[in-house]
Amino acid sequence: METRELLKWSAQVKLREKSKQEVRFEHGHRMCAGCGAPTVVKMVLMATEYPVVVSNATGCLEVSTCIQDYTAWKTPWIHTAFENAAATLSGVETMYRALLKKGKMPENVKFIAFGGDGGTYDIGLQSLSGAMERGHDMLYVCYDNGAYMNTGIQRSSATPLGADTTTSPAGSANPAGKLQVRKDLTRIMGAHGIYAAQASPSHWLDLMTKVKKAHQIKGAKFINIIAPCNRGWRTATDNSIELSRLAVETCYWPLYEIEDGKLKVTVVPEEKKPADMFFKPQGRFKHLYSPGNEGMLQRIQAEIDRTWERLLKESEQAC
Amino acid sequence: MKKWTELVPGAVVLEAGSSARFKTGSWRTFRPVWLQENCIQCLMCWLYCPDMAVKVVDGKMTGFDYDYCKGCGVCAKECPGKQGKKAIVMEPEGK
Repeated sequence: METRELLKWSAQVKLREKSKQEVRFEHGHRMCAGCGAPTVVKMVLMATEYPVVVSNATGCLEVSTCIQDYTAWKTPWIHTAFENAAATLSGVETMYRALLKKGKMPENVKFIAFGGDGGTYDIGLQSLSGAMERGHDMLYVCYDNGAYMNTGIQRSSATPLGADTTTSPAGSANPAGKLQVRKDLTRIMGAHGIYAAQASPSHWLDLMTKVKKAHQIKGAKFINIIAPCNRGWRTATDNSIELSRLAVETCYWPLYEIEDGKLKVTVVPEEKKPADMFFKPQGRFKHLYSPGNEGMLQRIQAEIDRTWERLLKESEQAC
Repeated sequence: MKKWTELVPGAVVLEAGSSARFKTGSWRTFRPVWLQENCIQCLMCWLYCPDMAVKVVDGKMTGFDYDYCKGCGVCAKECPGKQGKKAIVMEPEGK
């Protein structure tokens, strides 16, 4: 207990130092009240102690931080279409390297691409995979809110099994909501042989450590961060951090990293909580608790257990 | 609102962080109130605020920036407080 207190304290001291630095993401942006994404962006930029160039795939974050004549970014920032945030940034990074060789650019400029799950898991997957395979010196951050929230909560391949969205509605014809399991993008990215990690804003120290570590690695990096959306998840506005914490504690969103092909679980919850604790507060899963849907809940729990056990096993083998 | 002829070609925004000129405080229906006596200065409110609306001066929480706070309540929920007493509470706007 004593060491834990001490750790907590040292973390806070660092936080105090951090609070004296400029946050390169300004208030006045038009993200919804209580959105998880600005917190994610803020934490990623806070952990980045270098000049940085950002490219942003279309999505909530992009449309509400650059409404014409206003920008919330205090970094060079490029708007791109849904599918090419990674491609655009890989071009910028290549240009930077060329200019660096000629001595026209300062050293140690970092490149970060932000994309939502729609722009990353679905539409932007080809350009992301290409940029990661080519090994551009950039970090791609996906803030995963589990659907196309920007256009009105349509399902994406990151939408969890059983979720009710406008294109996977739960009703009399299909009482279960989304019938497919979500794509495991972090592991797909890990399979590119790059640094890939999964993080959550509730575990901010873990998140910032991963970002810091990513910047130390030369080459392509990918971090997938959960970003609760109170509109799409149908929860109260004050719930975003609490839900991201529950996602980790129920092992719905395990925190791990893949480096040199080795997987390591970075946060093991003290007590693995039942999936219900994460699912029940969310309106998008309300239908799962009506009679006749018990099988679905069991399937969800089984899916989470299976993934978690596999991760732990791989993590042990790697050690 | 600028006319299209007045915009920079390519719709480039040249002023970094210009969104600070757009105040989002009017979105709020609940306002966070800081009770200094219960505050342990852990800065969790500052860290988790999605709107950068917690004023921190020299490493210490000093109150809220109501020009930008949208009243989501994340700070009040995450506040550990002192001996179970929260240092941030949400109150209805206009009360």
